[in-house]
Amino acid sequence: MFTNTNLMEFIFGRLSWNSLAFTHDPIILATFVVVVLGGGAVVGAITYFRLWGYLWNEWFTSVDHKKIGIMYVILSLVMLMRGFADAVMMRAQQAIAFGENQGYLPPHHYDQIFTAHGVIMIFFFAMPLVTGIMNYVVPLQIGARDVSFPFLNNFSFWMTTAGAVIIMMSLFVGEFARTGWLAYPPLSGADYSPGVGVDYYIWGLQVAGVGTTLSGINLIATIVKMRAPGMTMMKMPIFTWTSLCTNVLIVASFPILTATLVLLTLDRYVGTNFFTNDLGGNPMMYVNLIWIWGHPEVYILILPAFGIFSEIVSTFSGKRLFGYASMVYATVVITILSYIVWLHHFFTMGSGASVNAFFGITTMIISIPTGAKIFNWLFTMYRGRIRYEVPMYWTIGFMVTFVIGGMTGVMLAIPPADFVLHNSLFLIAHFHNVIIGGVVFGLLAGINFWYPKAFGYRLDPFWGKMSFWFWLTGFYFAFMPLYVLGLMGVTRRVNHFEDSSLQIWFIIAAFGAFLIALGIASFVIQLVVSFFKREQLRDTTGDPWNGRTLEWSTSSPPPEYNFAFTPVVYDHDGWYDMKNSGYVRPLEGFKPIHMPKNTGTGVILSAFSVTLAFGLIWYMWWLAALSFLAILVVSIAHTFNYKRDYYIQAETVIATENARTKQLAEQA
Amino acid sequence: MSSHPHAPAHESAHNTHHGHSHGHEAAHGSFKSYMTGFILSVILTAIPFWLVMGDVLESRALTVGIIIIFGGVQMVVHMIYFLHMNTKSEGGWTMLAMIFTIIIVVIMLAGSMWVMHHLNTNMMPMSPEMMKNMP
Repeated sequence: MFTNTNLMEFIFGRLSWNSLAFTHDPIILATFVVVVLGGGAVVGAITYFRLWGYLWNEWFTSVDHKKIGIMYVILSLVMLMRGFADAVMMRAQQAIAFGENQGYLPPHHYDQIFTAHGVIMIFFFAMPLVTGIMNYVVPLQIGARDVSFPFLNNFSFWMTTAGAVIIMMSLFVGEFARTGWLAYPPLSGADYSPGVGVDYYIWGLQVAGVGTTLSGINLIATIVKMRAPGMTMMKMPIFTWTSLCTNVLIVASFPILTATLVLLTLDRYVGTNFFTNDLGGNPMMYVNLIWIWGHPEVYILILPAFGIFSEIVSTFSGKRLFGYASMVYATVVITILSYIVWLHHFFTMGSGASVNAFFGITTMIISIPTGAKIFNWLFTMYRGRIRYEVPMYWTIGFMVTFVIGGMTGVMLAIPPADFVLHNSLFLIAHFHNVIIGGVVFGLLAGINFWYPKAFGYRLDPFWGKMSFWFWLTGFYFAFMPLYVLGLMGVTRRVNHFEDSSLQIWFIIAAFGAFLIALGIASFVIQLVVSFFKREQLRDTTGDPWNGRTLEWSTSSPPPEYNFAFTPVVYDHDGWYDMKNSGYVRPLEGFKPIHMPKNTGTGVILSAFSVTLAFGLIWYMWWLAALSFLAILVVSIAHTFNYKRDYYIQAETVIATENARTKQLAEQA
Repeated sequence: MSSHPHAPAHESAHNTHHGHSHGHEAAHGSFKSYMTGFILSVILTAIPFWLVMGDVLESRALTVGIIIIFGGVQMVVHMIYFLHMNTKSEGGWTMLAMIFTIIIVVIMLAGSMWVMHHLNTNMMPMSPEMMKNMP
């Protein structure tokens, strides 16, 4: 027999009017209004210009690796805005909250913000951007027409998006975790975090993790099985090599994250005691497990950036990469070593001298292959004809900045030093130093480098340089003060300080954040300006930088099928070799091309994943059960879809290729 | 270079058609190999079962150790006879993946046990009295 309350509880679970965060927080209310107005404007514009059909047919359901790659990049840039807004709020709070002044963010809100900042920047900015660039570039670099499993690729993208949607939902409906980005128990257990925050965290990451893992499998299969004839492993472009290693890391480490979060979920949902304080639980096990995933994760982010820099340095120095083989070995060694350093994240937890010494030494050893890479880039530049285009700016900025971050990293690898620096702002400065100076600079360099390939026109160099200088100076202003504060012993994740002598450093850091904001703004302006100047910046050759690898051998943007004929590779830097040995583009003999067909199943499955997660987060069991059932039904139904492929007719190929011939002739 | 402008177009180089032009498919087992695997599995399951149900050995630790060894051997049997693991299929890639997996799993398990043993010894029975006496 249902009373009214029981019925409401059955239908809505934990959700009530009070759960809507904007009903009692003016900051969130303002954000909500902006999001509703902005989102409404976008939806309205799409409807007004009748773009829904176009978006659905050409983009959302597309299995083309190029379009999926672009969608990943767009997702990551949107999430960058959210993550950076969190960063600005933290910097502003810490710059003013001294003594009497409590600032504008109470602890419970501040804690959600630093958690969201970390989660979003790692999982929904850096990861999709890395995956997006790999998705776009790798098949082109190896001379393939798509990835191994095109539908899986679309599905992976939409699962990542679903994770992002779940995390974003927590901004307005309920709350987000207040635990820090790795949600250590016992704080993240049911006793100390009874609300929905940690549940949003868990399900957001689990859903996105499905996408990440599948995309890793997909790209490994692509690189191993679909390379152009002649491209042996040691003739692969270095970016493809780093992508391969990154995806191996993804496939080998994300299951650990999934399993750890499942154990935490069981603790929270069914009352097991894996990580609780009592009844035999051990929270230290969670820390141990999550860092076995967490350390490879940072290499998942940095390795592709190393690959991007390698391509850029060699292209803009006009030389083949110095020490190609040593670069490959360094990458592989880093891949393996990244699995035996995880304990350096918790030297202070009490493992004792022998364990700490082992992991301290392995950590320092990792800096050797990384250092070898730096020297390889320097020697590539040595006596090269260096062209200072925007991607090269980012590369040089990276080399200087990353070396500083690497050195502070080696400092933190010394266990006794770590006892002093652990959990301080020094640590914060260190990992922002390597992530911004390494990953973000690398990805922005990559965007500037491959943008002409993706859209057929170069990015405006003036605003690119503006963006670079603002980011670079902003970074130093924002994080050098944190090194100083960390050495003075200021700890992380604090929203209010008593000692007003520290304030000046936080004000400098806030100024740095302002400069980075200008850097991001310049980047957006760069995109807009370049779009309007696209006729001037047009790349008609397909090879705007005098490139060296196969992606530059096709047109910009590449046709749907990438290559009318699969290229044959005789040397690494395949396209450079073709150009130098008088390669003649074939003008006839085109055949129909077999291609995979678009499908909406990925979008549908990811939509049901969002409702499944929502049901689980709010204890709406009926919704969770129905969504799970729907996922099963749709998945099974998809296996009966036999209309999975089609042929691009020879006439279409001939027309496309003739247009390119004409374009090239006009150029000459 | 490019003496071969009409290089074979990879018509089947994506998932819709399984038939890939380079023909190193994974080997498929014969009836005999499946039966060998099955019989070995049965034997390797029956012995631990008998050890436990028959209370054959005095020492419980020894029994557990033997079961773990049989379990490990059983995994190898499954790999070879049911999953057709060998050094040649897919040009050695499956073997390489297998070795990598084993390395990672061993690092993870051995490392976790080592680390957690130390943490347990140093930190775990943390009574309120001990907390009070902390430096």
